[in-house]
Amino acid sequence: MILAVASGKGGTGKTLVATSLALSLEGQGSVQLLDCDVEEPNAHILLQPTIVSSQAVLVPVPKVDKEKCTYCRVCSEACPYNAIAVMGENVLVFPELCHGCGVCTYVCPEKAISEEGREIGVVEEGHAGEVRFVQGRLAVGEAMAPPVIRAVKQRVDRSSTVILDVPPGNSCPVVEAVKDSDFCLLVTEPTPFGLHDLTLAVELATKLNVPCGVVINRAGSGDQGVERYCAQQNIPVLLKIPLDRRIAEMYCRGQTLVAGMPSWRKAFRDLLESIQRLAVVKR
Amino acid sequence: MQEIVVLSGKGGTGKTVVAASLAALAENKVLCDCDVDAANLHLLLQPKVSETHEFWGQKVAAIDQQACTSCGLCLDVCRFDAIQEFQVDPLSCEGCGFCLQVCPEQAVTMVDALAGHWYVSDTRYGPLVHARLDAGQENSGKLVTAVRQKARAIAKEEGSDYILSDGPPGIGCPVISSLSGANLALIVSEPSLSAIHDLERVLAVCRHFGVKALVCINKYDLHEGNSRHIEDYCRQAGIDVGAKIPFDTMVSDAIAQGVPVVEFGDGVVSQQMEELWKVVAARW
Repeated sequence: MILAVASGKGGTGKTLVATSLALSLEGQGSVQLLDCDVEEPNAHILLQPTIVSSQAVLVPVPKVDKEKCTYCRVCSEACPYNAIAVMGENVLVFPELCHGCGVCTYVCPEKAISEEGREIGVVEEGHAGEVRFVQGRLAVGEAMAPPVIRAVKQRVDRSSTVILDVPPGNSCPVVEAVKDSDFCLLVTEPTPFGLHDLTLAVELATKLNVPCGVVINRAGSGDQGVERYCAQQNIPVLLKIPLDRRIAEMYCRGQTLVAGMPSWRKAFRDLLESIQRLAVVKR
Repeated sequence: MQEIVVLSGKGGTGKTVVAASLAALAENKVLCDCDVDAANLHLLLQPKVSETHEFWGQKVAAIDQQACTSCGLCLDVCRFDAIQEFQVDPLSCEGCGFCLQVCPEQAVTMVDALAGHWYVSDTRYGPLVHARLDAGQENSGKLVTAVRQKARAIAKEEGSDYILSDGPPGIGCPVISSLSGANLALIVSEPSLSAIHDLERVLAVCRHFGVKALVCINKYDLHEGNSRHIEDYCRQAGIDVGAKIPFDTMVSDAIAQGVPVVEFGDGVVSQQMEELWKVVAARW
């Protein structure tokens, strides 16, 4: 089963839930945790994995053979990202705008364009105890997270319980991380901010045809809006984690709930059981 | 005119709470919400929308099922896994048009896609430019640019001293669009190991794009050792720490009431917000 832990709003506790869930399953078969928040990966801070391999993530960018190029502009007209331009007798490539789609190479009538790999990040693999760990890391100054997320998800082993730590937001990186999951666990907080972003996240999960459930973090603070919304929309609230200064302090030190307060182990195992009942396993 | 953007790297450290407080404290400014994925600033500023604009994103491919012969050439060339069973998944399609180039039956067309809206609103604190990207869309960077351009136009027209922008989390596309050309990145951090890790990365992005940074530590008393670590790190990097805001449940009460925390009550949180604005206003 592939379980995506997402939220819309940042800082609601996605990583805390994802890592606590992974650790609670010790001794219960193979568990994989993939950190898809490649802009700001944090799961490694809570799991302290041993990294055993690292691989560059390359996106193909065009390389123009000036001997063959006739400056006909067919490539620049075909590129929807303005990543290749012809200026007089010069072809300029803007690698950071290039999506690596390969259209320019295909349309060039002179076969003057080949592709070369440009590194935009890395994927690291290792383990934290029994948990198999994978994370992506977008290089500083790079804009495009989705290719790095795709590279992380290529390591998904469907025979394991797979937990994906999803980036915040609601746009293409989140789509890349959540799509093809069997269940989306949405971690939120009981404030108007949490509610606003939860409704967007539910909309996205629905568009992606992934069933979802909610974890309310910092329960007992804020207001009742999130619970009212979940009841109205028939979205199950599967776990509540109370607002507790001790939990916040533990998180500051980089401790998961399961490591810092072992009594939480059962709650997370129960959470996974509820999810297994609700998930629609694909393939 | 100075453009100040509030960033954090890690989400949920308090960007919007800080931005809304500065909105209440600063004078003669235009407000801007660059977190178009999950915009929240409007929830504290109670805007009255005066203009609504459509945001059209990248075109996406569509396959005419009548003309399609299921030859599979499009599937072979698509690098985004956007075509399944000869139908385009618009959420995965990046609009490159490779399928259109290779289709021997001319069954592919590129269609415009409405990807969201952006707004100009009136608030008690001044004009606000904000947006809503539809769930799952691409091009949040492009929408951020549209929002910033409008904010700049209003600021120029009104002779504003500041543009105050609430930024997105992360370090990728929308952050780069929010940051480029700004005068100051105000980074809201917190004393968790995760936030420190993310602070270092977002500061590296600021350096990369040549934007000056100022840090404030939110909920600093949750781990005073880590807060000292942030202060030491900033000192070594030549970056000032403008304020240290304590953990206080009053902040979530203010959010629940939909008001900036500085207008919700006195206390150390509000004092530190005022201190922070003094530091910013004195130098920018």
